[in-house]
Amino acid sequence: MEASFGVSSAAAANAVNSPALSPPSLPFIRSEARPISWRVDKSRKAGKITTKAVAAQAENPASAASKPGHEVLLFEALREGLEEEMERDPRVCIFGEDVGHYGGSYKVSKGLADKYGDLRVLDTPIAENSFTGMAVGAAMTGLRPVVEGMNMGFLLLAFNQISDNCGMLHYTSGGQFTIPTVIRGPGGVGRQLGAEHSQRLESYFQSIPGIQMVACSTPYNAKGLMKAAIRSENPVVLFEHVLLYNLKERIPDEEYVVSLEEAEMVRPGEHVTILTYSRMRYHVMQAAKTLVNKGYDPEVIDIRSLKPFDLYTIGNSIKKTHKVLIVEECMRTGGIGASLTAAINENFNDYLDAPIVCLSSQDVPTPYAGTLEEWTVVQPGQIVTAVEQLCR
Amino acid sequence: MACSATAKIIHNPLVFSSSRSAEKYESCCKISGRSSLGSKFLGKKLLSAKSAISPASRRSGAVVAVSSDIVKEKKVKSGSSAASNLLITKEEGLVLYEDMYLGRAFEDMCAQMYYRGKMFGFVHLYNGQEAVSTGFIKLLKQEDCVVSTYRDHVHSLSKGVPARQVMSELFGKTTGCCRGQGGSMHMFSKEHNVLGGFAFIGEGIPVATGAAFTSKYKREVLKEDCDEVTLAFFGDGTCNNGQFFECLNMAALWKLPIVFVVENNLWAIGMSHLRSTSDPQIWKKGPAFGMPGVHVDGMDVLKVREVAQEAIGRARRGEGPTLVECETYRFRGHSLADPDELRDPAEKARYATRDPITALKKYLFENNLANEAELKAVDKKIDEIIEDSVEFADASPVPARNQLLENVFADPRGFGIGPDGKYRCEDPKFTEGTAQV
Repeated sequence: MEASFGVSSAAAANAVNSPALSPPSLPFIRSEARPISWRVDKSRKAGKITTKAVAAQAENPASAASKPGHEVLLFEALREGLEEEMERDPRVCIFGEDVGHYGGSYKVSKGLADKYGDLRVLDTPIAENSFTGMAVGAAMTGLRPVVEGMNMGFLLLAFNQISDNCGMLHYTSGGQFTIPTVIRGPGGVGRQLGAEHSQRLESYFQSIPGIQMVACSTPYNAKGLMKAAIRSENPVVLFEHVLLYNLKERIPDEEYVVSLEEAEMVRPGEHVTILTYSRMRYHVMQAAKTLVNKGYDPEVIDIRSLKPFDLYTIGNSIKKTHKVLIVEECMRTGGIGASLTAAINENFNDYLDAPIVCLSSQDVPTPYAGTLEEWTVVQPGQIVTAVEQLCR
Repeated sequence: MACSATAKIIHNPLVFSSSRSAEKYESCCKISGRSSLGSKFLGKKLLSAKSAISPASRRSGAVVAVSSDIVKEKKVKSGSSAASNLLITKEEGLVLYEDMYLGRAFEDMCAQMYYRGKMFGFVHLYNGQEAVSTGFIKLLKQEDCVVSTYRDHVHSLSKGVPARQVMSELFGKTTGCCRGQGGSMHMFSKEHNVLGGFAFIGEGIPVATGAAFTSKYKREVLKEDCDEVTLAFFGDGTCNNGQFFECLNMAALWKLPIVFVVENNLWAIGMSHLRSTSDPQIWKKGPAFGMPGVHVDGMDVLKVREVAQEAIGRARRGEGPTLVECETYRFRGHSLADPDELRDPAEKARYATRDPITALKKYLFENNLANEAELKAVDKKIDEIIEDSVEFADASPVPARNQLLENVFADPRGFGIGPDGKYRCEDPKFTEGTAQV
């Protein structure tokens, strides 16, 4: 059941031809339809959903058909992206705790300090606010730093610098200084890591004017987003997820970047638009298997760009299905889902047949106990129920 | 304490001990031998801090001021008469005088304009502290960077930002150095390498550390011939802030070419330095992190300049950072909105007698470096520049609506893709500032 689906966005044609923007110099894959093929699994009983499943992704035939490519795990894809950019531009450097000799707490920068030296891959003392500010100062004076928060939650300590300096300095300096930093790190709810290591900072950062936020979910888009973020002149926050680092996928050998502003069509469908990002994408796809068995045809979009939203891809989908379900790992209050709900209501109200349903994590500090933690985040079963209710 | 590599520094800091207590404000002692503005200190040796100290520092135990080798050298050299050993030439003297007068006249004009309703918000004036800005910044090259706080008008002027641009910025006009988008507390200049202008104290110190890091990176990774230095200016209140300490650590750790300049004017709005700081001698925090800590009389531009030369020289040679505490005073309130009721009028009067501009004038006259007429000519020139800057700012246009969204993102694609599939920034109404974002 494969559908090689080329969703061409008008944005691609317009943006590339627009005189205001210089055309990208590489195979710039504007939107990739990544159809997930699976066979209807008759052995799976309806209702038996595997929770906490970070599904191993099936081999994508579309990419295998074009070029052989190579298989990587997601953290290796991130590293490839980092390394390629560091090779390409000597001003790219990394700041973070244990990024150098230790190779990064999730091995994203493994081997890079050996290759590029201790100054380009800088092991910082534990001083998030200051080394993030240092990255801002370095960016203003010509470097292109990539700041790693060992866990995204630690970046709360850097909020002053991220909000006031990363976000604002280009504006308050009247456009004189650019801050081409990338701030990245693992976030999200892991396996019983406790409340403070399980935070979702996308909701805290989303209001900061002047920054872009993207969330990667596959090795393919992880590498592409990393490269795009480093090349961008804007400060970009790249959200990775602790549980997705070992995802395996075959990615192209040739160089590519993906668009920072575009969403990714994961599974085209007709009945309902499911918007998701990061790890919840996999819970959604898990639920989608069940839904397909039950006869539903969900359209799954990984929004990828948390700020700004790609209202074109999202809008086109809504115009087709007229029903929206948002599945996110953010808390209910003030999360990405809340913003997305507002944006959709504002722009596509006429096309909706039903109110938007937003499934978010519970507004609790993530508990340590496994059972409680499971109930904190959205599980595939809830997604199935929500779709059934929406499509009644 | 620190490792052996820095032991030398710790035990031989360039230290000028000083005494300052809430009750008594003695002028600090200085390096011996040099002629100074307060000539009664001529020939005096470095005093041990034990001799005249505030109650607070007495608590901290014996603090012995030790002179470094460099200081000893100077002592030997200046055994000869002071007259043949002037600190500055006539040209340098005039440059210093002009810069300080520019700072003073500009700030006075700011106050006038504020009360006339030409500028708004929080405006923090630098009156009285000119010696620090002039003493340090006039030693820099254009490529060197300066980072300041909200009290940044004079730092920008000293660095070379034209008075017109600063005044326009304060008036909120498009011709301001930041197109009117920054305001009093956010002065930036790419041309003159002024990296801000920060409203939250301590916020700028990491940025300065980053600029110094770039300098080191250019030298060691990019193999460029780069000896650029960064100066970070901040006040006594900032020295209790985490970012200050974190950056002292990193700068000393990586030997970054930066000088941390503390403008200790004793007051953080209404909070006396002595009420908020366990050990009020800020210079001592330098050696704790492995860099020299120096204290200097910040009301004396020549003393500041001397210390600055050494500190900047150290940074340029790659020897690492220095912490310089300048004892100074602001003649006006914290900002134009501050009624300034807490400070003792006697304290203010005492510092008024140490006005750095008056002091430099006196030095120039006494050493026949300049006469009344020459200085009056400088005054006139500066007054005209200031008048011109006000006229220019008055005549400049206010920002139009289309400026609202222009500088939010360096790459405006960051506003994303709209429902019609086009990037929002491609919308013709975007530049009018009326497009939906």
